[in-house]
Formats: sequence, structure tokens, C-alpha cells
Amino acid sequence: MKILVCISQTPDTTAKISFTPDGASFNPAGVQFIMNPYDEWYALVRACEIREAGGGTVVALNVGPAANEVTIRKALAIGADEAVRIDADPSSAAFVAKQVAEYAKAENFDLIFLGKETIDYNGSEVGAMVAEHLDLPYISNASQLHLNGNAATLERDIEGGVEVLEVALPLVLSAAKGMAEQRIPNMRGIMMARSKPLKVVPPVALDEPVKTIGFTLPPAKAGVRLVDPEQMDELVRLLHEEAKVI
Amino acid sequence: MVLVYAESPGGQFKKSAFEAVTYGKKVAGLLGTSCVAVVLGANASGAGELGRYGASRVVQVADAALDHFDSQVYAAVLSAAARELQAGVLILNHTSGGKSIAGRLAVRLQAGLVSGVNGLPVASGTELRVKKSVFSGKAVAEYAIVSPVKILSLTGNAVRPEAMGQPVAVEPLAVPVPAARVSVKSVKTIEGRVPLPEAEVVVSAGRGMKDPANWGIVEDLAAALEATTACSRPVADSEWRPHHEHVGQTGIAIRPNLYIAIGISGAIQHLAGVNNSKVIVVINKDPEAPFFKAADYGVVGDLFDVVPRLTEAVRKFKAAH
Ligand SMILES: Cc1cc2nc3c(=O)[nH]c(=O)nc-3n(C[C@H](O)[C@H](O)[C@H](O)COP(=O)(O)OP(=O)(O)OC[C@H]3O[C@@H](n4cnc5c(N)ncnc54)[C@H](O)[C@@H]3O)c2cc1C
Ligand SMILES: Nc1ncnc2c1ncn2[C@@H]1O[C@H](COP(=O)(O)O)[C@@H](O)[C@H]1O
Repeated sequence: MKILVCISQTPDTTAKISFTPDGASFNPAGVQFIMNPYDEWYALVRACEIREAGGGTVVALNVGPAANEVTIRKALAIGADEAVRIDADPSSAAFVAKQVAEYAKAENFDLIFLGKETIDYNGSEVGAMVAEHLDLPYISNASQLHLNGNAATLERDIEGGVEVLEVALPLVLSAAKGMAEQRIPNMRGIMMARSKPLKVVPPVALDEPVKTIGFTLPPAKAGVRLVDPEQMDELVRLLHEEAKVI
Repeated sequence: MVLVYAESPGGQFKKSAFEAVTYGKKVAGLLGTSCVAVVLGANASGAGELGRYGASRVVQVADAALDHFDSQVYAAVLSAAARELQAGVLILNHTSGGKSIAGRLAVRLQAGLVSGVNGLPVASGTELRVKKSVFSGKAVAEYAIVSPVKILSLTGNAVRPEAMGQPVAVEPLAVPVPAARVSVKSVKTIEGRVPLPEAEVVVSAGRGMKDPANWGIVEDLAAALEATTACSRPVADSEWRPHHEHVGQTGIAIRPNLYIAIGISGAIQHLAGVNNSKVIVVINKDPEAPFFKAADYGVVGDLFDVVPRLTEAVRKFKAAH
């Protein structure tokens, strides 16, 4: 079984978000970066479990600059066998998807894992794009994956329920909570990660269909209005007359 | 022309479809063009009603093969429809279905995609500029779509469905439907209230509840408000409540009109999933709880006293209105 896991690097959720003075780009100064939780906790761990059960290779792939190698080494420490870094700034979902697809095209992966979304730009875009480039089935928001030879059974979270699906490999899927349990890399994993292969690949060009103009901070909240705990009729009145939500 | 994919999971049009058509009509108005809705599947009945929300035409690919969802098939059919009808802008919902096909359509139509938008775009020459919330609500990004075909996916509850027209006759559309590779074996639905991503009022509780046996007061308040219940992550992790109720960065992101947080501290990872709510009410006995900083209304007090009192007040209000 050959498995690809796409990992992205995102600011830690608790990071204070700021932008360059012209508002054109994210300001990484002082920000702690992490592996996108869906990629780490669910996609990567499930990929490792499948390899542990049936053999094969897990390749972790990141589109990003050399500074991302800390995150890539963490993926190796958790259990990926090898890693690939496409040496480019991940400027858009379209760009990332093009790189992933270009790399995967020649490699014949049985499974391509992504996370259900990145927690920075919250797009949920890359997976469907990769699947279309490769002409493969795509299951988004998968919370379960079980394999029986070439046949995969999946559960996919939908609004108000769960879909149970069957599909033959190869396929692309995005992982959501339920897929696996988070693993903390142990000392042995961290040591082994140092000697695992990390290949650097140049990017392919793409005419970007979407350009980022810039960023702003959302308007600040007016501040909380406290209501006396004895006065719940007053709260209901405010919600009706002032906030107009009931 | 603006083409709206009006989704009908299980053959039913839900609020998401009406939101998308309403939004599509407004985008079409901005661009001085018309709004057409496309419907997939043989058993989607009542499609003509989409005219009420502003679709000047409704076309249906009424092939029974489309009654089951496969993103590959849907994307092939929708891109064929977009080409056939010469759509310049394509609009989808940012739902589980929309997320599975928007990226595919972007590749097929060589179109720029901005997903999860919550406001109207602005036309600037041949570009379309549009904003969306990023960094889990901590910032707003603005994008310019520069490709000839443009795709937007709309966040749930961002637009209110509006009546802007009359029902229309549904026109059949013949486009090739490729064979599905994914087979849907079953759909398990969660019985009861409106699903969280669609809910307008959400009553949510956290570890301050102390014990799962105490949830009755939360259920009562939710029932009085006709709200959907939610919970914080530790509550779902310790199996106090079902996992589908978990909201936040690792659970579901929601944007109801009203979010009532009971005994939840307001950790940043929790806020990431709820801070796009229109109005937030926080009930917590600790005046220093971080959630108060994100709240519109706050009640400092013991939830075991406050919640039943609030439920009473809501019941009284509902009886009078
Ligand atoms: C990477 C990561 C991702 C995470 N993702 C999520 C996520 O998606 N969603 C999520 O919710 N959390 C998430 N968390 C966990 C998050 O950091 C918090 O630990 C969690 O939200 C706390 O849950 P809580 O508010 O229910 O519990 P607590 O933090 O224990 O808060 C309980 C609150 O109840 C109040 N209280 C207690 N008794 C009473 C009473 N009698 N009356 C009134 N108030 C009372 C207390 O004052 C306190 O504020 C994540 C954490 C990490 C590290
Ligand atoms: N720069 C990147 N390198 C590798 N994979 C990525 C990158 N960005 C996003 N992905 C993958 O695509 C998924 C969805 O991202 P998005 O479409 O941005 O929400 C992530 O969970 C990752 O699995």
C-alpha cells in the first residue's frame, strides 16, 4: 500500500494574528507554527495505522519553504516513512493542489490523505482539486476508513448525519475527527526521523486564478452587556427587542 | 449569467439552497445579468419554487443516477451545465456537498474559487473581489478572482433567504452523466432538531455542567427556544454528549443568529468555531471567564439557577408572542 499524506503548516490556534503594515500579507514574526491538526491527528495517524496493519509506505508531503522542515520532521517522527517538500510558497489552494497532483501523478498512490481543512485560511479546497487533477474519487470529511483489499468503506460527515460509502482504491480523502486518535511522537520516533529521507522537489508553474488583495482585522465587539442573574425576563427582552434574534 | 447549484440532499431543498439562490440573485443584480438555478437528480421535487428566491430559470438534470452523491459525477455534470449555459459565475454552498465539488469544478472550468464567503462580491473590471473570514474568524481576507469563470461558495446562515420572484416552470437539461465510482450504502441521520450547521439558535454547554445527568436544564432551554444543542470538546471527549454536538476548531464551525454558552470557559479553540455567531450570550459563574470578552450579553451566576430561570422567561415570552 502506497499512501500519501498532505500536511500543511499553520499558525498555532492561540497565536495572535497580525499582518504587514500594508495589510498585504500575514506577519509571521513571533508566531508559533504547528502541523495543521486535521493532517496530524487524523490523516497522518490513520495512514500510519493502515501501514502498520498491512505494510507499505507512508509519504508525507508539504508545499512550503525550507523553514517548514521542522513540521515535516515531526510527521516523520509520528511515523511517516519518507517526506517530500515542494519548494515553494503555498500561495493558494489552486497552487498547492497543482503541486500535489503533479507529484502524485507519477507515483501511483493507493490512498491520498488530506485534512478536512486548514485552520488558517479555512478553505476545504485542496482535496477536491487534487482529486480532479488525478481523476480519482474524493471523499471529504471522512470520519472512518476501513480497507478490505482494494475495497474501502468510509463514513463521511454530512449535515445532520453520516453517509456510509464504498469505493475501490485508489482514492483521495480528507480526514475529520473520528478517523484516528492523536499520537505524541516518542523519543525513538524523533531519533529515527533524523535519518529518514526528505526529498526537495521544485514546483511547477501555475497561472493563479485567485489573487490575495490583503487582510483586515474584523471590527471589535462592542463589549459585553451584563444582565443581573435574577432578571432573565430582561435578557429575553434584550434578545427580542435589541438583538432581534428571538 | 450567474448559475447557482441548488443542492437537494435526499431529494429535499433545504435552507441552504434558498440561501444560495438569494445570494445568486443579488450577485446577478450587481453584474447586471440573470440568475439560473440548476438542480441535480430525478427525485428533487418542487424545484420551480426556487423561482421565488430569484432564479429566473430553473434547469434540472433529472437522471436517477444523480440521486446518490458522488463528487466526481456531480462535478462533471455541473461543469457541463455551466459550459452549456455559459455561466460566468457559479455559486455553491459551503456545505459537505459543496466542499466536495467546488475544488473539482475549479479545476475543470479553470476557474478561480473562493470558498466560504459571507458577503457580496464587488465587480472591478473583469475581476470579482470578495471577502471571507479567515484564521478561524480572527481576520478577514480579500481576494480578486481574475479567471473568466468564477466560483463562490457561500457559508451557511450568512444570507437570509428572501422572496424575490415567482415560481417558474422547471426545464429539463440533458448533459451526459458519467458512471459513479462511489456507492452510498446508507445514510444515518441524527433524529430530532435542525442540524447544527443550519441551526439559527444554538444552546451549548461545557464542563461547568459537572455531570451528563444535569443536561435536562440545557435540553429544556433548547426546547423552549426551538434551538439545537451543542457542547465543548471535553464534554464530547468524555462521552457526556454525542460527538456530533462538538463545536470549535476541531469540531463543527457554526454561525447561528444566537449562541448561548453555558458553563463554557471560552478557550480560543472553542471560540474558533462559534465566534461568527451573530449574537453570543454567556452564562458563567466566573466573571473572569474569557468567553465574556467575546460575548454580547453576559450573565454572571450559577448556571443551575440561571438556566431554569431563563427557560421560564423564554416560555413566558413565547406564550405571549
Ligand atoms: C488543538 C486544540 C484543539 C481544541 N479544539 C477544541 C474545540 O474544537 N472545541 C472546544 O470546545 N475545545 C477545544 N479544545 C479545548 C479547549 O482548549 C478547552 O480546553 C475547552 O474548550 C474547555 O471546555 P469547557 O469550557 O467546557 O471547560 P472548562 O474550561 O473546564 O470551563 C468550564 C467553565 O464552566 C464554568 N462553571 C463551572 N461551574 C459553573 C456553574 N455552576 N455555573 C456557571 N458556570 C460554571 C467555569 O467557570 C468555567 O469557565 C481544543 C484544545 C486544543 C489544544
Ligand atoms: N502547503 C500545503 N502542503 C501540503 N498539503 C497542504 C498544504 N496546504 C493544504 N494542504 C492539504 O490540504 C488540506 C485542506 O486544505 P485547505 O483546502 O487549504 O483547507 C489540508 O488539511 C492539507 O492536508
